[in-house]
Amino acid sequence: MKHLEASRRGFLATASAALGAFTLGFRIPEAAAQAAAGGTPEVNAWVVIHPDDRIVIRIARSEMGQGTLTGLAQLVAEELNADWSKVSAEYPTPGQNLARNRVWGNMSTGGSRGIRESHDYVRKGGAAARMMLVQAAAGNWNVPVSECRAANSVVTHEPSGRTATYGSLAAAASRLTPPTDVPLKDPKDWIIAGKPLPRLDTVEKTTGQQVYGIDLKLPGMLNAAIKDCPVFGGKVRSVDAAAIAGRPGVRKVVRVGESAVAVVAETWWQAKTALDALPIEWDEGPNAKVSSASTAEWLKEGLDAPQAAIGNRAGDARAALASAAKTVEAVYAYPHQNHATMEPMNATALWTPERCEVWTPTQNGEAALAATAEAAGLPPARCEVHKIHLGGGFGRRGAVHDWVRQAVAIARDMPGTPVKLLWSREEDMLHGLYHPVTQCKLVGGLDAQGNLTGLTMRISGQSIVASIFPQNIRDGRDPVVFQGLNPGGGEAEIGYTIPNLLIDHAMRNPHVPPGFWRGVNLNQNAIYLECFMDELAHAAGKDPLEFRRALMARHPKHRAVLDAVAERAGWGRPAAPLNGLPVFRGLAQTHGFGSYVAACAEVSVTDAGELKIHRIIAATDCGHAVNPQQIEAQVEGSFVYGLSAALYGECTVKDGRIEQENFDTYQLMRLDEMPKVETIILSSGGFWGGVGEPTIAVAAPAVLNAIFAATGKRIRTLPLKHHDLRRA
Amino acid sequence: MAKLTVNGRVHDVQVDPDTPLLWVLREQIGLTGTKYGCGVAQCGACTVHIDGQAVRACTLPVSTVAEAQKITTIEGLSPDGSHPIQKAWVALDVPQCGYCQPGMIMAAAALLAENPKPSEAEIRAGITNICRCGTYNRVLAGIQRAVSETGARG
Repeated sequence: MKHLEASRRGFLATASAALGAFTLGFRIPEAAAQAAAGGTPEVNAWVVIHPDDRIVIRIARSEMGQGTLTGLAQLVAEELNADWSKVSAEYPTPGQNLARNRVWGNMSTGGSRGIRESHDYVRKGGAAARMMLVQAAAGNWNVPVSECRAANSVVTHEPSGRTATYGSLAAAASRLTPPTDVPLKDPKDWIIAGKPLPRLDTVEKTTGQQVYGIDLKLPGMLNAAIKDCPVFGGKVRSVDAAAIAGRPGVRKVVRVGESAVAVVAETWWQAKTALDALPIEWDEGPNAKVSSASTAEWLKEGLDAPQAAIGNRAGDARAALASAAKTVEAVYAYPHQNHATMEPMNATALWTPERCEVWTPTQNGEAALAATAEAAGLPPARCEVHKIHLGGGFGRRGAVHDWVRQAVAIARDMPGTPVKLLWSREEDMLHGLYHPVTQCKLVGGLDAQGNLTGLTMRISGQSIVASIFPQNIRDGRDPVVFQGLNPGGGEAEIGYTIPNLLIDHAMRNPHVPPGFWRGVNLNQNAIYLECFMDELAHAAGKDPLEFRRALMARHPKHRAVLDAVAERAGWGRPAAPLNGLPVFRGLAQTHGFGSYVAACAEVSVTDAGELKIHRIIAATDCGHAVNPQQIEAQVEGSFVYGLSAALYGECTVKDGRIEQENFDTYQLMRLDEMPKVETIILSSGGFWGGVGEPTIAVAAPAVLNAIFAATGKRIRTLPLKHHDLRRA
Repeated sequence: MAKLTVNGRVHDVQVDPDTPLLWVLREQIGLTGTKYGCGVAQCGACTVHIDGQAVRACTLPVSTVAEAQKITTIEGLSPDGSHPIQKAWVALDVPQCGYCQPGMIMAAAALLAENPKPSEAEIRAGITNICRCGTYNRVLAGIQRAVSETGARG
């Protein structure tokens, strides 16, 4: 039962406070036996080459739209010297990873880590395969390896001009001992990586052929709809299953844990409508009186509470404020928000007393496997998870696999029958893992010349880590809460040198479950800091760009992206009016997920207070740019995610439950509001930063600062839809 | 029993008459390219054509569709993915996760059928589908590309 014990321990996460970084690791017990290749023509774990030269590259991370499948395949193909036109990609399963001593490493796909944390070993996988292919060719020809070269999926013996295709060499190569010394190419020599190649998964996504979890159909499969108690922490009191017994297609009513009820039917529509007709009484539990207002009061108290965990400290900030010529104070707040993936949560499970299999879109196959094993009451070695491309992830489908546990629990009630559980949109809205709710009080001190001499920044509110990885809270401190504000480390550090600084966090955890929401804590931290920097610049009578730059001498990479957007926008010169309205600009920069990002937003506001975001210029320095076109797509998409959140994103709580149940009340940005986005990629080299998330954080503050320039109004709470933007 | 003409084929379906067309397409006929996103006609992931018009299938009871009406889904938009919108989508790598894209493509195709040379403002007003990955600018560019390609051909 060693496996089961290990899986109960679940995730092992480590948070490196000193580095300002956080990594989530998942430990699965090492399988004793390494599975044989089983007839697959694989050269090594990463590279499979068929006799007809088709190359299949194995990708351990999940594709959820961010393009990692293509980017990682480019890195492997680059070192393999492959013919890119013959490359496709596939997922190894978490069960195979377990059985082969985690040969594919970490399957977790979050924190913009897909490429930045696996580039080294996937490139080595490609390079090792190339070396084995060359060695196989040299062996066949009985010539020195040094006389052979590999290019475009062909090995050539240069002195004689003999050639052999990878497909003809793969079987022999796979029998060789893998090399131990595997040098990698200098990125300046890349011909496949670093190029804006089209995605590998586009065509299927334009014809309806791409299969998502929701589309899966297994022989004999039934469908399930589920309702969990709408008040977090509540339970099912009673269910009147007899009331729906005669409905067409209905097979069974299943209690799922203490808090949920599922209906299993032949079709999902039958299950869903029967569930809607099913009388359920809830015991709403201890949180039935909680509201957004009561939570806000509690967080407000934290803004001045004596106890707080320190995130970044320099000098003596309180003394600096006391002796400042001028102080500026502001309180900001950030609400709960739902990930709202377009594809609602779903999983198909098949359970027997001997084995359990699950098919699901997941950002972390190994965590899904652990959740499966635990819910199935079986060791992980007798479970399997089949990953499917995600219809959106954004952090919802990574750390917590609540829907997988539910699906397995339902399937366990129907041994031998595959059951697909699909959440309704309403279930998805009511049972998210929400963006954490926080407030922030900032006080800045200026000297007589308008220089920033001291800053205190008190964050009060929710900790994702305390909810999901509580073992990583040390002495009440959540290191991830300080994303973008850390003193150093290369992951998410503050871009300013402030002589007297105190950033701390008073943890207050309301009952609404928080989750890693694309951009995570960088989102609110960048709003708090970057909007307040604008407030300070204004109070100092200085230009917001110059005020920032004066504090950035020791942060050249932060400053470079900020300079890049300012220059492209023409900062310092008035913007040309559009549609007869003056256009105003706002700036923001931050560092997160290993990348440096900045944005300049251009907006106009009509006399009636109507906001129009015309153009956003965004700069990203991610070190090495593996696919510039996909980076641009991620940056463009980041503004949709970030601006949706800024304009509309808010899940409010009343009577302990979320009030917004669908997209009619949880509004999202659409094409009519989408600004032009100009992306500048500064690949300065020497490091590997993520691109899926960091830019989201500068979307809102750049726009909010531009709104201030346009209207004189400081917006300190989101969403914007609640604010009157008519000129003050 | 309902008779539906989908992508040129007539299907007999045995289903409760209130069942939305979306779920008949997905669960009875087995065409899963049309997606469920909200069930309240907000997101447009379920967009199909009925006699050439874009319709949100998630709130349309199957009983309101007659056999004579021609339903087209993403699977039937073109025989081989060669509709100008699909070609533009591939050329510009429009999809990210791709889940909303069948609905987005069907909405775009219907827009072009009705208005072969839409202005940018008409495209922005006419495409109201939700995409959470944020493909909007490529959707806009894709429609504009399809317009110029079809214009060049015609």
